[in-house]
Amino acid sequence: MLVPLSWLQDYVEIDVTPQELEEKLFSCGFEVEELHEVGEAISNVVVGLVETCEPIPDTHLHVCRVNAGSHGTFQVCCGADNVQAGGKYPLALAGATVYMTAKDHKTVEGVMTIKKGKLRGYESEGMLCSGVELGVSENLFPGGGYNGLLVLPPDVEPGVDVKPILGLDDWIFDISITANRPDCQSIIGVAREVAAVLDQPFHMPALDYTETEVKKEGFTVTVDAPDLCPRYIGHYVYDVKIGESPQWMKHRLALMGQDAISNIVDITNYVLLEMGQPMHAFDCDYLEGNAIRVRRAGQEEMITTLDGQEYTLNPGNLVICDGVKPVALAGVMGGLNSEIRESTAEVLFESAKFARDNIRRTSRGLGKRTDASARYEKGVDEYSTVHAMERALHLVEQLGCGKISSTHVDVNTGNGIAPREMKVSVRKVWDVLGIEVPTREILRIMKNLDFAPALEGDELTLQVPAYREDMEDYPDVAEEVIRMYGYDHVTSAFIPQAQVTMGGVPQNMRKELKIKRALCSVGAYECIHYSFFSPSDLDLLRLPQDAPQRQAIRILNPINEELSLMRTTLVPSMLNAISRNQKRGILEGRLFESAKVFIPNSLPLNDYPDERETLCVGVFGEKESFFTLKGMAEKVADTLFVKFDYAPVTEPFLHPYQAAGIYFEGEKVGVMGKVAYEVAERLDLRMDAYVLQLDLRGLADAYGRQASFTPLPRFPEESRDLALVMDRETTCGQVEEVIRSSCGHIKSVRLFDVYEGGQIAAGKKSMAFTVEFTPGEEAFEPDSVDRFVKKILKNLKNRLDIELRS
Amino acid sequence: MSDRLANIRQEILDGMKERASSRAEAFELRKQFLDSKTGKIGQLMKEMKSIAPEERAGFGKSVNELKEWAQQRFLELDEKMKERELQRRYESEHIDVTMPARNVQTGNLHPVTQIRNQLMDIFVGMGFEVAQTREIEKDYYNFEALNIPKDHPARDMQDTFYLSPELLLATQTSAAQIHTMEKKKPPIKIVAAPGKVFRSDDDATHSPMFHQMEGLVVDKKITLCDLKGMLELFVKKIFGEETTTRLRPSYFPFTEPSVEVDVSCFSCGGKGCKLCKGTGWIELLGAGIVNKKVLENCGIDSEQYSGLAFGIGLDRTAMLKYGIGNVKLLFESDLRVLRQIDDN
Repeated sequence: MLVPLSWLQDYVEIDVTPQELEEKLFSCGFEVEELHEVGEAISNVVVGLVETCEPIPDTHLHVCRVNAGSHGTFQVCCGADNVQAGGKYPLALAGATVYMTAKDHKTVEGVMTIKKGKLRGYESEGMLCSGVELGVSENLFPGGGYNGLLVLPPDVEPGVDVKPILGLDDWIFDISITANRPDCQSIIGVAREVAAVLDQPFHMPALDYTETEVKKEGFTVTVDAPDLCPRYIGHYVYDVKIGESPQWMKHRLALMGQDAISNIVDITNYVLLEMGQPMHAFDCDYLEGNAIRVRRAGQEEMITTLDGQEYTLNPGNLVICDGVKPVALAGVMGGLNSEIRESTAEVLFESAKFARDNIRRTSRGLGKRTDASARYEKGVDEYSTVHAMERALHLVEQLGCGKISSTHVDVNTGNGIAPREMKVSVRKVWDVLGIEVPTREILRIMKNLDFAPALEGDELTLQVPAYREDMEDYPDVAEEVIRMYGYDHVTSAFIPQAQVTMGGVPQNMRKELKIKRALCSVGAYECIHYSFFSPSDLDLLRLPQDAPQRQAIRILNPINEELSLMRTTLVPSMLNAISRNQKRGILEGRLFESAKVFIPNSLPLNDYPDERETLCVGVFGEKESFFTLKGMAEKVADTLFVKFDYAPVTEPFLHPYQAAGIYFEGEKVGVMGKVAYEVAERLDLRMDAYVLQLDLRGLADAYGRQASFTPLPRFPEESRDLALVMDRETTCGQVEEVIRSSCGHIKSVRLFDVYEGGQIAAGKKSMAFTVEFTPGEEAFEPDSVDRFVKKILKNLKNRLDIELRS
Repeated sequence: MSDRLANIRQEILDGMKERASSRAEAFELRKQFLDSKTGKIGQLMKEMKSIAPEERAGFGKSVNELKEWAQQRFLELDEKMKERELQRRYESEHIDVTMPARNVQTGNLHPVTQIRNQLMDIFVGMGFEVAQTREIEKDYYNFEALNIPKDHPARDMQDTFYLSPELLLATQTSAAQIHTMEKKKPPIKIVAAPGKVFRSDDDATHSPMFHQMEGLVVDKKITLCDLKGMLELFVKKIFGEETTTRLRPSYFPFTEPSVEVDVSCFSCGGKGCKLCKGTGWIELLGAGIVNKKVLENCGIDSEQYSGLAFGIGLDRTAMLKYGIGNVKLLFESDLRVLRQIDDN
């Protein structure tokens, strides 16, 4: 919300600097996002009286003697066509800063500092300026738009600063208004706050006007949809003379970045800015049937708005109609068919309250946002609806651009504008704040905010102004009090009254953190990727069309297609991360992510989906292999005190012979393996990558497991190395399984060598294991271990046709 | 005879000088003289029988003296050789200590996880339980129960991703307040994690996914002073004891009063710098006293109980604390970034 200081000053006396006011507004809840002086780039420009003005031969230039009062008299060369002796113009003294313009004298290209110099051999000790050079447009000051010197009024003193004359010493506050204070989306709203925070009275803009006897006979207003339009005020104005607005009004509109159009239209825009109430003016010539009717649009009903755009409406939209046809899209924009023209002689002013949610939906639905709709979406109150009409009529009278009839129609199904009474307990206010703000301070603050407070015992009675629809109960009062009293009065406490509670982290989060730390300990770095991914990520994994991962939840309004699906697997994000790293020249590394995948119960989604905690690990580089990744899987298993089993598996994104399913107590909980070369190629991987995904939820049953202590063996343990010869297809897992199941004393079975060729028969291989035996309650007999080995070898022979290597 | 002994003595001294450059050589040399069977001194002993008995005692004494002398010399030689060899070994193991270290690499948790853990530790220490957030929420929990009805202007504050008319990606962790209050009765003290939230914003300073930690306390007589005290404590722990906090009015539909909490700039100590844009303060989080309507929506008696709530941006906190300039760096998994942040 832009607020010029000069406009505020109409309604409240400001006895502090703009910077001090900024601080005060900030402390009471209005953050000033930007504060700047209108002419902040302009300095050292004074009124110059041209005393003599002689043409320089063979040029368009003139050499002038310019009287700058107390600054002295200067010789200045000037190329403008309107320079003449006796004229007063802005004179930029040496050292002054003004805007630098392009050759067209219109486009501002920066700020320049004026220096003394020579032009065609003539000394020039300054520069006479145009409006553009001072940042002054025609609307800000008459003559500002002329492509030549800006002519100053005859009554100004030579040598005085031009900034106050041109309004360049004004300040603009850009204030961020929170959603609970729609009433402050206006000059008077901010002025009220400024008055309260400065302890100054607020003066309401003039609202008076005189009605004539004239009436628009038979004119009616009907509101068919009072839920969408709780208040509609119309007033008929006749003898309208369309023309330009006065300079002061153009100036103010220009400060707010708006162009002047014509007096009647400008009044509606001015009132919106000043009072915060969107207004509309209909040309009565084009209203048929002598009536206004506010109703829901018909299905497929059409309207063409002021800007020539055509819209197809539905009953969710509200339209203002005359006796026959829609003439405005309520709260958004007027219709082209009833716009104000130069010939307009009779006007119907509209000031209405429309339901904010309806305007919001219409504006969103049609993709049409206007100043009016933006204002309505935030919420307009009856107070401004009533007073804005009064203000508009006052301005019509002040500008003399029309006569005010006595046809005033007011359809009210909403609230009145009288203050609403509210009673609150001071004790409760104090209880919210935690400090006891003195009652005299509470009374002062609420009085400044125009709540006409009265205190009796603990009971504070307030008259809530109609524009403060946000005020509902004592917490709101507490907020008003503390923001004005000052948050620096709030002291630090630590819930002295509260009961002791036992804090804690849920088990699954503790376990998740433990897993993460374990992975860090083996050199992996945690990553976080977006929870959404791209449909092309599913193709990257070469998943078949019926793969369950393709049953992903779609975002209805994604930023783009790349971020449109909720992840059903963490693998693509990991692969992309590996690819990004390799592209940046990082050729080895370990990454992991612990995040959720989203499994819908049905699509389209109609209930919470399953958000499954999932782990993904990715490793890449020369030193990595299937087995380094497997080591990380084992690390996770150890962390949870579980054991994983592995079996070959086929996954479209993994190497066909270097991929394993991960099983926990018979259930498949994950996959791991080398990234398939087709996938690696699509990602431009320079180094082999390996990836693992584990369903942590599937391991949740094991989260309760604790480390248990096994007493140290009381008797010596023994170990044997067994070199075995077997078929090439026999797996390490099969052998281990047979060894383990052959004897109850086995503590560990560890593969330490694999060998093929040479002395081994074709189609066979040798695997060597160290088997460790641990005694129980009694020491081993001298031949115990030999007996165990014999049993193991017998089982190996019988079950897998394995021989001891000779 | 004594000439022979003198010669042997000289031979030993010469040998030591010329032929003993290692412990092994010294041992060989020793054997030549002192080996009981083959050594020269040993053989002198054997000659004893052929010596005239009257000279025997004198001879024996001289030989013994020679033997003891030689033993002593060889002992000294061995010590010297041992020392010399050790010296050589040291020299042979000379390294260039300025060569790069061989690291046993340890990974790091993500900066956001590190900040989250630090916060959880602090709040759990204050008696907070950690509640868990959903990423996919119902409109009711994300908005309506938090006093943000449909088409409320406050919805404009958050651009929402929708999955269906009723389901959306959580725009804030505040839904955890509602879930908690539906399940638990006061006293309540929770922080909610992991706190992934989403807004349809993707530019230089916004990421469509980011992280929050929500805090909620509901008990009797909870006030703004408690809010200030609690947040001050946590801010000091995270950013340093000298950090101060400032409350200023703000607006959130689910708190009344609502505040923004600023902390004194930990980069310049409040004097004004680039980080704090010259203000001396850094905007850190939003908070407030739980709106009565929110308590009532959850069936909590607002006459008896009151609450405070706060929401901290974890990404922003991590970026501020570790000086990470661009939010996008948090989600790119660039190892050059991840390797730097170790604040466990």
